[in-house]
Amino acid sequence: MALIERPAPAEAPAVATPSSSFGVFRRPVESTGWKSWLFTIDHKKLGIMYGAAALFFFLVGGFEALLIRLQLAGPNGTILSADKYNQMFTMHATTMVFLFVMPMAAAFANYFVPLQIGARDVAFPRINAFGFWCFIGGAIFINTSWLLGGAADGGWFMYAPNSSVPFSPTHGIDFWGLGLQITGIASLTGAINLIVTVINMRAPGMSLMKMPIFTWMILVVQFLLLFAIPVITVALFLLMFQRNFDATFFTVEAGADPLLWQHLFWIFGHPEVYILILPSFGIVSEVLPVFSKKPLFGYPLVVFSGAAIGFVGWGVWAHHMFASGLGPISVAVFSVATMAIAIPTGVKIVNWTMTLWGGKLSFTTAMMFSIGLIIEFTIGGLSGVTHAVAPSDTQQTDTYYIVAHFHYVLFGGAILGIFSGLYYWWPKMFGKLLSERLGKWNFWTMIVGMNLAFGPMHIIGLQGQPRRMYVWTDARAGEGFFNLGFWNLISSIGAFILGIGVLLFFINVFVSSRKKERAPLDPWDARSLEWMTTSPPKEHNFDVIPTVGHLDEFFHRKYEDRGEGDHHDFHQVATAEEIMAEQEANADQHIHLPSPSYWPLLLAFSLPVMGYGLIFNLLLVPVGAAIALASMFGWSLEPHTASPADYDPPTPQGGAELEVSTNG
Amino acid sequence: MADTAVHDAVDEHDDHGHGDVHHTSTGLSNNKLAMWLFLGSECLLFGGLISTYMLYRGRHSANGGPDQFWDIPFTSASSFVLLMSSLTMVLAVTAAKRKDDRNTNLWLTVTAILGSLFVAGQVYEFTTFYREGLGYTTSLFSSSFYTLTGFHGVHVSVGVIMLLATVGMILKNRIPGDKAEVVELVGLYWHFVDIVWILIFTLVYLIPA
Repeated sequence: MALIERPAPAEAPAVATPSSSFGVFRRPVESTGWKSWLFTIDHKKLGIMYGAAALFFFLVGGFEALLIRLQLAGPNGTILSADKYNQMFTMHATTMVFLFVMPMAAAFANYFVPLQIGARDVAFPRINAFGFWCFIGGAIFINTSWLLGGAADGGWFMYAPNSSVPFSPTHGIDFWGLGLQITGIASLTGAINLIVTVINMRAPGMSLMKMPIFTWMILVVQFLLLFAIPVITVALFLLMFQRNFDATFFTVEAGADPLLWQHLFWIFGHPEVYILILPSFGIVSEVLPVFSKKPLFGYPLVVFSGAAIGFVGWGVWAHHMFASGLGPISVAVFSVATMAIAIPTGVKIVNWTMTLWGGKLSFTTAMMFSIGLIIEFTIGGLSGVTHAVAPSDTQQTDTYYIVAHFHYVLFGGAILGIFSGLYYWWPKMFGKLLSERLGKWNFWTMIVGMNLAFGPMHIIGLQGQPRRMYVWTDARAGEGFFNLGFWNLISSIGAFILGIGVLLFFINVFVSSRKKERAPLDPWDARSLEWMTTSPPKEHNFDVIPTVGHLDEFFHRKYEDRGEGDHHDFHQVATAEEIMAEQEANADQHIHLPSPSYWPLLLAFSLPVMGYGLIFNLLLVPVGAAIALASMFGWSLEPHTASPADYDPPTPQGGAELEVSTNG
Repeated sequence: MADTAVHDAVDEHDDHGHGDVHHTSTGLSNNKLAMWLFLGSECLLFGGLISTYMLYRGRHSANGGPDQFWDIPFTSASSFVLLMSSLTMVLAVTAAKRKDDRNTNLWLTVTAILGSLFVAGQVYEFTTFYREGLGYTTSLFSSSFYTLTGFHGVHVSVGVIMLLATVGMILKNRIPGDKAEVVELVGLYWHFVDIVWILIFTLVYLIPA
């Protein structure tokens, strides 16, 4: 049993002054109860909180989507007014992109990157907590706009000058802009933290090309975030100055260039697309080999094609702007670049298929979601290539065809990947398996639902129904096969089936939480390091930091290759339980984990305060700034491990060791 | 350091990003790597702002452009002050590497003073422009000019706060981890802000619109 020591009290036994902050608060040191969550800086707890919050916003965004589909189910919909409809689709997209898929990827990254590289935490645990609370603060801040005069209504890319005050006089867009600045801080700090973690904190022997593929994809995503977030930051600042301080950056009458916003937004926005999809690509690349009982086919190619997507992703943003009159040369260049980016993506699809080829496939729910991703994402990818062809794109711009495309790549790609990850890693995170039977129902209702919901959008789009139209009329719906009314109804029915599928997931979670039986240590016969510890992992992750000799290190500890030359013949030599027992027997005796802290939470709290100040009363801004400054000083003066005196009762002199029970 | 737990070297694991240079996979310290990444990100922030200015710098009324307002000798002087602060910053870093707290504090303070002088110069310059009729919302040129240089000014001010906070923490012996590295990190940020100013000064003031 490894021990987590309190800092050896023998060093400073004389005076036991609590390392209180400004002499007021005792430092939080609890390892159970609500305080252990609120002030935690443990990457696993933060990962779980990221995930829980993201899934909550998934429900919010899904509810918004269902309202949209109800409105469009029949002609002359009356569920929503035009104004509410605008708010609804804007917030649906904002919620799904910024408050579900991104934080969900952050949840997996936080939880699994340190485990996959054999580290005990991320490089900067307190900054990690700060990032999480920024995300929560920003997310709540954006959504309070519903109650404070109406939400943003300019569409998720908030094109200027339509987002200026004359066209959108409520505070909705102000909330949206400032809220995204705050969640942007979360993404930026998270990116720096995870890059440093991956580059600097790998277990001994784990070279970059022995790193699990999920970690690789997360690394690429963090670089994309690192360089994309500042661009949207500039755009959002310009928008704020435009709306709140009467600047004219996007006012055409004043001589401004409305394309400035489009360029800034899409230089961020297109890498953002890969920020959304690459984590799921990583998940799928973990899941497929495990359930095919084969190593990932062409691991280096998958790595390099991921990196290639990361690079080329910066050179294709203007394909969102083909209809804006950029001129033939720009259009041609961006058109070719966009077609080029299909190549590394295609490489990945081929590699996944080849991983399945000849494998001993077991169709678990996680596996089915991954295969679902390959198929549905490919459909979305193919319609994507039709957008790369500029003349064709000009026809499709702002129609439902675009909506169909990005729902196939984002739902059929990002979200199916996320669900694959949830089913695959659930036993690792919570020690209990999700029900496979419910899981299959979950999978099939989601697949049927998504194809019914998004498939018909190709047809109604090519028939010319514009996206963002809040109502359609029978008189103009067309006839026969191409009748818009029929396909809109099908699409709405599909959306509700999809909703049932999502509900089944939550039922599954509830059912599994009531079950008594624990998941086995290694339920899937997995390959990477995160499975080489207890489920859920101990607070310090590993009793012994593993020394890595192979890609798929855990697999190679379990199986020995007795084949010769190119012929492999793997025989099991150890079980996960035996490997675990060996680790516990040789556990490191002195593991120091940093202690929880108030400061990340307080610093993050100061940001929405300043946000409300900018919207309602500028006097709040200095208040928020003062809180921020105080917490920054508190933060930097705080030692990373709590002093013995912070414990209640204080550590007795001579120092009992704090034993952390991890099986509870 | 009083409040950094002294761990046994064998089991130490760098959970905190505090300095433990030898324990990282690359040998680079976590803090330094993080600062470089942050500065990389900042490049795109200023890239966006500079692009906006370059797009809009010609969009002003006939007699409301740079030629009517710029005071090149004054701005050159304040630029010189800022560039000299990079020199004093280097002196602070070398003093910190020699573990010479007295000189470290001296040069950090001088750097902070030079930085404050630059910010004061900017405040003076903004006030003068405003009195002469160049308000924030006067033209696209003025909005993008104030936004770009304002963002830079805020960066310098944050740098000054960092410098003074470092001085305070050295005086009270409250720097966690490697003191020389902390000074070096502040230095990295400071040099970055200076380099950005060289770009801004060239593009905004020296190259005629």
